[in-house]
Amino acid sequence: MIAEYKIDFMGKRRIAAIFSGVLVVISLGSLLFNSLQFGLDFTSGTSVRLTYAEAIVVPQVNEMLRDNGYEDAVVVTFGSDRDIRILLPVDEEVAPGEQAAQALVAGEKIVDVLREASGMEIQLLGSDYVSAKVGEELAEQGGLGMLVALGIIMIYIAVRFQFKFSVGAVAALAHDVIITLGVFSVFRLEFDLTVLAALLAVIGYSLNDTIVVSDRIRENFRRMRVGTPEEMINTSLNQTLSRTLITSLTTLLVLVTTLIVGGESIRGFALALTIGVVIGTYSSIYISSSTLLFMKVTREDLMAPVKEGEELDGMP
Amino acid sequence: MLNKYPAWKNILVVLVVMLGFLYSVPNLFPDDPALQISHEANPVNEADLAVITTALEAAQIDFFGETLQDESALVRLTSLDDQLRAKSAIEEALSDQHIVALNLAPTTPEWMRSIGAGKMNLGLDLQGGVHFLMEVDLEAALERRMEDNLSNIRSILRSARIRSSGLTLVSNSHIEIQFADEDTRSSARSELRDGFPELLFQTRSDNGQAILDLRLTEDTQLQIQRDTLQANRTTLLSRVDSLGVAEPTVQQQGSDRIVVELPGMQDPAQAIRILQRIATLEFHLEAQVGASPLSYETFEYEGRMINVDNDVILHGDRVSDVVATLDENGLPQVSISLDAQGGQQINRVTRNNVGRQMDILLIETKSRTVLALDENGERVDEVEFYEEARLISHATIQTALPRQFRITGLSQREANGLGELIRSGSLAAPMTIVEQSVIGPSMGRENLEQGFTAVTIASILIVIFMLFYYRLFGIAANAALIMNILLIIAVMSTLIPATLTLPGIFGIVLTVGMAVDANVLIFTRIREELKGGMSPQQAIDAGYNRAFTTILDANLTTFLVAVVLFTIGTGPVKGFSVTLMIGIITSMFTSIVGTRALVNAFYGGRTVQSLSIGGKQTSQLKTSEAS
Repeated sequence: MIAEYKIDFMGKRRIAAIFSGVLVVISLGSLLFNSLQFGLDFTSGTSVRLTYAEAIVVPQVNEMLRDNGYEDAVVVTFGSDRDIRILLPVDEEVAPGEQAAQALVAGEKIVDVLREASGMEIQLLGSDYVSAKVGEELAEQGGLGMLVALGIIMIYIAVRFQFKFSVGAVAALAHDVIITLGVFSVFRLEFDLTVLAALLAVIGYSLNDTIVVSDRIRENFRRMRVGTPEEMINTSLNQTLSRTLITSLTTLLVLVTTLIVGGESIRGFALALTIGVVIGTYSSIYISSSTLLFMKVTREDLMAPVKEGEELDGMP
Repeated sequence: MLNKYPAWKNILVVLVVMLGFLYSVPNLFPDDPALQISHEANPVNEADLAVITTALEAAQIDFFGETLQDESALVRLTSLDDQLRAKSAIEEALSDQHIVALNLAPTTPEWMRSIGAGKMNLGLDLQGGVHFLMEVDLEAALERRMEDNLSNIRSILRSARIRSSGLTLVSNSHIEIQFADEDTRSSARSELRDGFPELLFQTRSDNGQAILDLRLTEDTQLQIQRDTLQANRTTLLSRVDSLGVAEPTVQQQGSDRIVVELPGMQDPAQAIRILQRIATLEFHLEAQVGASPLSYETFEYEGRMINVDNDVILHGDRVSDVVATLDENGLPQVSISLDAQGGQQINRVTRNNVGRQMDILLIETKSRTVLALDENGERVDEVEFYEEARLISHATIQTALPRQFRITGLSQREANGLGELIRSGSLAAPMTIVEQSVIGPSMGRENLEQGFTAVTIASILIVIFMLFYYRLFGIAANAALIMNILLIIAVMSTLIPATLTLPGIFGIVLTVGMAVDANVLIFTRIREELKGGMSPQQAIDAGYNRAFTTILDANLTTFLVAVVLFTIGTGPVKGFSVTLMIGIITSMFTSIVGTRALVNAFYGGRTVQSLSIGGKQTSQLKTSEAS
């Protein structure tokens, strides 16, 4: 087997471990102290989307709202400089049954107020109301989903490969999810439901990468008669490197395109996935393989009941 | 022979390509803006259609393709802007019982529709509309049931002259009765036992008091909650119908929520007001022959006109349970249980009226658009709410009715329908809106366009990259990629009643990025084998075979993740996982079987010196083909 690249990945695994360790610690620290900038999906309240006929300045809109009694309103732009989103917290004095209706009226009222104050043509694009109850459940669902997914993956990999590979894969997934969340926390990016979906997709992507590498490691462990585990893992990583890079590249092509032209509603999703793909590519090289070495993977671990020629049976 | 596909495999690939194309093509036909006109009770007829066309001509609105189908009429319009104007014109011309709904009519050719080829359903976020998540207060339903039980117990004990020193509702599923001694308790117990099969009786003593605990069984609690939710759903369905929305969704979500989606709905305030109203029920006697016309109102029932007396015997809130069952002879019946006070009321009235008819009216709040003049004297549409009573049962009183009575002489279908209607007017619990989202039509269109642009540009970039990097093999991969997108669309349009949402487009985008992965794996492997000294034909075969397990493992695990997302997620997460799952399956087929067919067709069965797969190729070693 001649590999195109000859990079000593595993020789630098201590540096990588320190690098990952620092990132994970920063992420966890930020999540602990900074928390996440939860979007409307997870908090509760009303969001009103408006579009102006001409460009507007956010501080001005803020002022107009304050003058008219909306002290707690938060104004953010979305998409162009003509579109804004106004977030209103839940009005505690209104009975829960009436809040939705109240939220609707709020949208129309705000349009009237701003129209009057600015004298510009404003159109109400839409509005959302979410009760806190739903948000809490969604967050619970997402967390639970992630744990269930990780559990099922561990079992599948333990059956198809070996338990040490399960630990490696799950370590890599946890690494990716924590750091992606960390980026959202450090940069105070809005964490909404689409970002949660993206995080789950990151698991899928990173897993894909890790499996491909693990597959090659297994193949080489069975085939190569000489060499230490470290050398064999290095060879495997070099052999899969061009595929790892090309797939990351095509996926990133899609994601960056989406970031640019996909519009505001997709932005959070595309951003989370972009971060996840970059980190996932790195982790599939370093995290899972280093874990294997750390757990002292041996040739015997992979001399499983399957025969050498097994993979030739399932021909396409 | 290496790299030759058997004929059936090639035919399979061609067949899948053709089906994929056929079933995704309808999405290219734009819908006509249209109006659908139906009547609350009767089918719409030719005469109505004539009224409709005259009204549209008078209002100078262009229309075409007016037809009668499935008891309703459909009129196509040339412009979306005319839709609202046409709606009010028709509403003005027809009776109040007609419902005019905004709709979109497909323009796909008849033969395509006849083979089941249609368009993908677009989610609200892509076409605009109103989305509500309503939470049903199931605790209130349980509480009401137990309060009924409590008042019944009280009156039974009183009439049996058994003294209790305390009768309390401890929780929504638990009643506690205190007695001075055990003898009183045991006589109370034997008195009550037969009347409350749904309660579990337990005895204990506390501070010298003999206590009887009555608890709702788990099964009954679940049954009450199921019935209540069903009652609320029925109510919502009939309410939504009156809103005149083309394809509304009313679906249960989880154990206590109902999702209502109204595509194209532009006035959410009206929707909220009408959806939160609960229907009510009234029991009346039929007016006697010769009664003063002022003392009754006339309703239609199964084609006959019935005069219903104005006096209300009983209101729906006295009903504690309704079930459609079979009687002892196996005939369908609706069995109605009342609370203690309701039982006394109905007994008092029916005792003296055996042989007369008892009528049940269902009263619902509905809305209609009326034309009004605003302060400037201009005509504007205004929403008006009105109550509408419907006669749902007309039956002879055969005996003085007790607390629990039944309506017989129905078919199974009638019994189920009547049970549902009575339940919707009596058992529906209060609902609160816990999530609401209004998406304007322009917002929806923008989301769709941007998502579509992203998929297109990303696909083009990948196609260019693959072509440069893998040459001829890149063409095969690109064909597979395009095929894959077509297949996803075809599957979503036909096989699975899936709805395309914005997160669903994300799923397709991600699949596009990841689908080429299988081909990258195969092609890098082929390059590697070439370098390792294999002949081109052997390298192709080995590349496909050796990459297969890797691809299978990688896709299977990702599929597992998607399944987990689908089962526990709701809304956007679900929409995303559906497209991801479909994409994984279709991409496995196109990128492995599809590209292999193309590669085989090109290289198979002949002597090849080198492959057009890009990368530096060392000179081929002359190894024999069949080593």
